[in-house]
Amino acid sequence: MMYYTWMIIGMALITVFIKAAIFMLGERAAFPIWLKEALAFVPVTVLTAIIVPMVLAPHGQGLELSWRNPQLVAAIAAVLVCAGTRRQLLTIMVGLLVFFAWQFGVLGR
Amino acid sequence: MPHPTSLSSFAAGARDTIPMMVGAAPFGVIFGALVAAGPLAPWQGQLMSLGVFAGSSQFIAVGLAAGQVGLLVIWMATFIVNLRHMLYAATLLPHVSHLPARWRFLLGFLLTDETFAVMNAYYLKHAHTPRGHWYFLGSGLSMYGNWQLWTLLGLLFGTAFPQLQTLGLDFAMVATFIAIVVPQLFRLPQLAAAVAAGAFAWFLRGLPYKLGLLAAILAGVGVGLALSHWQALRRAARSKA
Repeated sequence: MMYYTWMIIGMALITVFIKAAIFMLGERAAFPIWLKEALAFVPVTVLTAIIVPMVLAPHGQGLELSWRNPQLVAAIAAVLVCAGTRRQLLTIMVGLLVFFAWQFGVLGR
Repeated sequence: MPHPTSLSSFAAGARDTIPMMVGAAPFGVIFGALVAAGPLAPWQGQLMSLGVFAGSSQFIAVGLAAGQVGLLVIWMATFIVNLRHMLYAATLLPHVSHLPARWRFLLGFLLTDETFAVMNAYYLKHAHTPRGHWYFLGSGLSMYGNWQLWTLLGLLFGTAFPQLQTLGLDFAMVATFIAIVVPQLFRLPQLAAAVAAGAFAWFLRGLPYKLGLLAAILAGVGVGLALSHWQALRRAARSKA
C-alpha cells in the first residue's frame, strides 16, 4: 500500500516540476530544437509500446496470433474504425463492444 | 479589451474549455474504473488525479503498477510522457512572465494538453490582455474540477461492479490508447516510430522492471527522428534540383 503512495508522490513531484519549471524560471529557460522534435514522437511510441504486448500476449505468456484472442480481434477493429473515422469516442466504444461480444458471444466464456 | 472584469475573464476561460471537458470525461471514468479494478486503493486513484493531474501518465502508471514494476521505471516513464508540458510552458511564457511567482506556479500546475490548446488560441487573438491570467485560471481550474469529478465517478462505478476486472477491463485502456495513437499515424515518421516502438516492446518484454518499455520508447523516438530528418534532406535536395 505504501509502495503506491510513494509512487504517486514521486509522480506528482516530477510532474509539478515539469509543468511549473519554465514559468518559474522565466526567460532563463532555453529549449534545444532536437528535444522539441524528439518530444513529438513520445506519445505514439509510449502508448504503442504499452499496448502491443497486451494485445499480442494477453495472458503474459507466448504469442496468441489467433481469432480466439479477443484482445487482438477487438484491437484490430478499433484501429480500423479509428483510421476510417478519426473519432475517439466511437473508437473506444466499438473496441469495447467487439471485445465483449467476442469474449462472451463468439467464444462463450 | 475582451473581458472587463477578472470574474468575467475567469468565466469565459471556463466556458471556452467546456468542449475539452466533455472530451476528457470518458478518460476520467475509465481511469477511475481501472484503479478500482487494480491494486491501488480508491483514495490513491483520487490522490493521483489531485496531485499528478496528467491523464496519459496516470493511465501508464496504473497499467505498470499492476505488473509490480520498479518505482524508478514508473517515475522515468512519468518524466518522459509529461515532458511535453515544458514545450507548452515555453510557448505560453511570454504571456505569464510578468505575473507574481505564486500565479506562475499555480498556472503551471494547471497546464494540460487541453488548457494549452485553449490558451494558445486565446493569446493568438488577444495578445495584450491585462486579465488573460484569469482566463487561464478559469480554463485550468474547470479542467481540474472536471478531472476530479469523472475520476470519482469512475472509482465509484468500478467499486460497485468489481467483476469488471475479470471481464477484461484493461481492454478499455487498450481501446483508449488506440484512439489516441491512430489519428497521429498518418505521417510516415510517426508510423515508423510506432512500429519500431511496438516491435522493441514485444521482443524486449522479458526484461526486468519493464526496462523493455524504456528501450522501446528510445528506439521509436530515434527511428522517428531519423526518418523525419531524412525526409527533410530529400525535400531540400529535390527543391534544389
